[in-house]
Amino acid sequence: MTFEAPSVETMVRPALGRRVATIAQRIISFLATLAVTFVGLTAVTFFISRLTKIDPVLSVVGDKATKAAYDLAYHALGLDQPLVVQYLIYLKRLLSGDFGMSVLTSQPVLSDLLRVFPATLELSTVAIIIGVAVGVPAGVVAAARKGRWQDHVIRVVGLFGYSVPVFWLGLIGLFILYGQLGWVAGTGRLDVFYDGEVTPRTGLMLVDAALDGNWEIFSNAFSHLILPAGILGYFSLAYIARMTRSFMIDQLGQEYVTAARIKGNSFWRTVWRHAFPNIMVPLITVIGLSYASLLEGAVLTETVFAWPGLGLYITHALFNSDMNAVLGGTVLVGSVFITINLVCDLLYKLFDPRLRSQ
Amino acid sequence: MTDTLASWLQSDAPTSRRQAVAGNAYRAVRSILTNPTAMAGLLIVVLLILMAIFAPLLSGGKSPLDQDLAMRLAAPSAAHWFGTDELGRDILARTLYGARVTLTIVLLVSVVVVPIGLAVGTIAGYRGGWIDALLMRITDIFLAFPRLILALAFAAALGPGIENAVIAISLTAWPPYARIARSETLTIARSDFVQAAVLQGASTWRILFRHIVPLCLSSVIVRLTLDMAGIILTAAGLGFLGLGAQPPTAEWGAMVSSGRDVILDQWWVATIPGLAIFIVSLGFNLLGDGLRDVFDPKSA
Amino acid sequence: MSEPLLVVDNLEVTFPGRTQAIRAVRNASFTLGRERLGIVGESGSGKSTTGRALLGLVPRPGIVTAKTMSYEGKDLLHCSERDGQSLRGRRMSMVMQDPKYSLNPVKTVGRQIGETCRLHLRTGRRETEQRTLAMLEAVQIRDPERVFHLFPHQLSGGMGQRVMIAMMLIAEPDLLIADEPTSALDVTVQNEVLRILDDLVRDRGMGLILISHNLTVVSSFCDRVLIMYGGRIVEECAARDLQNARHPYTRALVAATPSLDNPRAELATVIRDPEWLK
Repeated sequence: MTFEAPSVETMVRPALGRRVATIAQRIISFLATLAVTFVGLTAVTFFISRLTKIDPVLSVVGDKATKAAYDLAYHALGLDQPLVVQYLIYLKRLLSGDFGMSVLTSQPVLSDLLRVFPATLELSTVAIIIGVAVGVPAGVVAAARKGRWQDHVIRVVGLFGYSVPVFWLGLIGLFILYGQLGWVAGTGRLDVFYDGEVTPRTGLMLVDAALDGNWEIFSNAFSHLILPAGILGYFSLAYIARMTRSFMIDQLGQEYVTAARIKGNSFWRTVWRHAFPNIMVPLITVIGLSYASLLEGAVLTETVFAWPGLGLYITHALFNSDMNAVLGGTVLVGSVFITINLVCDLLYKLFDPRLRSQ
Repeated sequence: MTDTLASWLQSDAPTSRRQAVAGNAYRAVRSILTNPTAMAGLLIVVLLILMAIFAPLLSGGKSPLDQDLAMRLAAPSAAHWFGTDELGRDILARTLYGARVTLTIVLLVSVVVVPIGLAVGTIAGYRGGWIDALLMRITDIFLAFPRLILALAFAAALGPGIENAVIAISLTAWPPYARIARSETLTIARSDFVQAAVLQGASTWRILFRHIVPLCLSSVIVRLTLDMAGIILTAAGLGFLGLGAQPPTAEWGAMVSSGRDVILDQWWVATIPGLAIFIVSLGFNLLGDGLRDVFDPKSA
Repeated sequence: MSEPLLVVDNLEVTFPGRTQAIRAVRNASFTLGRERLGIVGESGSGKSTTGRALLGLVPRPGIVTAKTMSYEGKDLLHCSERDGQSLRGRRMSMVMQDPKYSLNPVKTVGRQIGETCRLHLRTGRRETEQRTLAMLEAVQIRDPERVFHLFPHQLSGGMGQRVMIAMMLIAEPDLLIADEPTSALDVTVQNEVLRILDDLVRDRGMGLILISHNLTVVSSFCDRVLIMYGGRIVEECAARDLQNARHPYTRALVAATPSLDNPRAELATVIRDPEWLK
């Protein structure tokens, strides 16, 4: 809120010290929320692990163990402790990287997760690039041409994106683009033919193939990637386009846009050079949130496309009742999801132009 | 006679509470009827309900459970309009009966999520202070959770089945309603008529229940309709993964999953139920958009 | 006063609505030379819409028609978008009401003012900067170098409006439309801004259309006055002849203005005759 000191031009910006303090305060509050939410998430996963009907002791000692061995294991697992203490032990283990052992792979869950994570990262990253590259201009055009056919088309395309089940779209995509037209490759990251031919440096197939200079594999990896990433990208762009459109409509109704036209700017120049810069900050948080939700969408997409990433790992573990793996994956995805969400929240609050004048 | 009814409903100066409520309802219905998006959505939702109720009739008497292995994976024909699945069951019948499962999930989740959200939100908004802070913290924590993954984890632990799927979905679906209810409550609680009720000696419960909750309902309903699409998609996703309604019950997500292996040759097995999910989800989105235009145009 | 700068004949601006069309401006006709014309009216009288119609910036779905609407002989109504762009800012410009909203929040003052310069005069960076600083001085901003780098939210209302004036006059247009330029400002600051406007318009020999709801300001500032009501121009007269206005609405407006010289026990109110809307 500004105030007028008559005939004295006062600088209205608060002193630098106070602004730094406010930002520090916001960051501290953010860290506290992050910690509490993480505790909440782990409390929920802990609770779920106790819900399961599988006896955790048996899965360690086996069905044929003697009562003495059972009791020993029972004690060793800390199951005779009060629930709160058990939770704290669980939390401590998580924080030190001990997510338990996977029944399926007989590996520590964490190392499993780290092994499969790059595949999901590659998928989500390409997807978000598609989402931004198509969604942002689409939203801008829809807002600039509000009410006209471009707007309607873009809104309908976006609406479909909100309504279509991702796993179904993946199957249809495979059927038409792979089965019928042969435009893209089938499931998996590479043709079986190329298995093991790429030096696994980053775990990102495109990057590794490029680093190897192996363009044949690169293009094969690309043709495997493009359909699942395209489908995920479609969901991402539906959301991004909608939010961009909404932000831009707000801005285009502002007086400064008319002022820019009065100065002699063309319509589109005004849209992109004047209005668009004003939505960049909320847009970045929207993109961040979209990226976080892509992690979720990846679960079903990976299942359909047999994509060996985090999502497939979790669903496999699910089908084989490998609770450690399921919960470990849940904690990892959940933590990343929560962190991105809260960071975006924080960024938004820090840079909300409406709060700038205060 | 209809003239007087219409003018009674449209009166600008209602003389009784009944007239005011009826008048509002009439105006709301009229706005919905003239909004093409809302109408399209409403049509689809009504169709869903009819499909569910009249499934036995519409499927021509065919049962969704009858297997006929001789006729498995048959293409759509006069005998089976949508073809048959891998066990020879009629897909049209299964799709129609699948509507019942979808509707059940939708209703159950609504019935769980709305009261919880309203309760948490109105209490937090009305009481304020540390109760508000605590409840909102809890709400924010649940809001930050990834819906599908957590539903997966719950379903994994609790075991498959509709009830467990509903619980799993509800657990992450309620926070937005608490937020909405709280923000509405904060506005309403300051208004004069609530203060008047307090002065009359009304208890907190009475105030919340009879005065505040009814005013939150329209925002909550709009949000619920919009969320419905997401809930249906999540439920279908769970069904696709085998959590949710168990075989042999016909559930759309599970049907898509069973059609997955034969997608390249017998495309109809997976495509038809998926199309059903899509259309119903679309319907709720359209209806929600339309309702939002009617009840809350500012946020469009 | 030789050739009129602006010729407007039978200007109509209509907004089609769901049930009925809203006629925001009806049969407005006037001319303007290098003089000051005031347009006075209440909200909804169509005065702002008239200003925007002249610049070709009536928002969709508004429809603008006129028998003639020309600036220095050039047809404003049917000109191409490119011609319109070269006119706006360079030959005709507008100062808007509230700098809180009419300045771009994410661009510095210097950049916003300089843009008009670069768009029309195609000046390089250094020359643009010099002209901008000169313009900031011309609007009596005391510390041009500092203000050059400020953002709009760091400015007070009076400063913001001066920046607005600088921004709109830097390309040296011949016609300025000032749409309620002081309505958002504190009374103490209003006079300063009006004085700056006065000096600049006089020094450059510009034509000015001052749109306002404030009859007192308009009558002291302008040469001629148009009174608008319900989209129509109901009166046109010289500013000094307002006391002898003929239309009842104008007379009511004049009568309703409080005066320190002739204090009255009761202020007159405007009693509207629906006849005026026909």
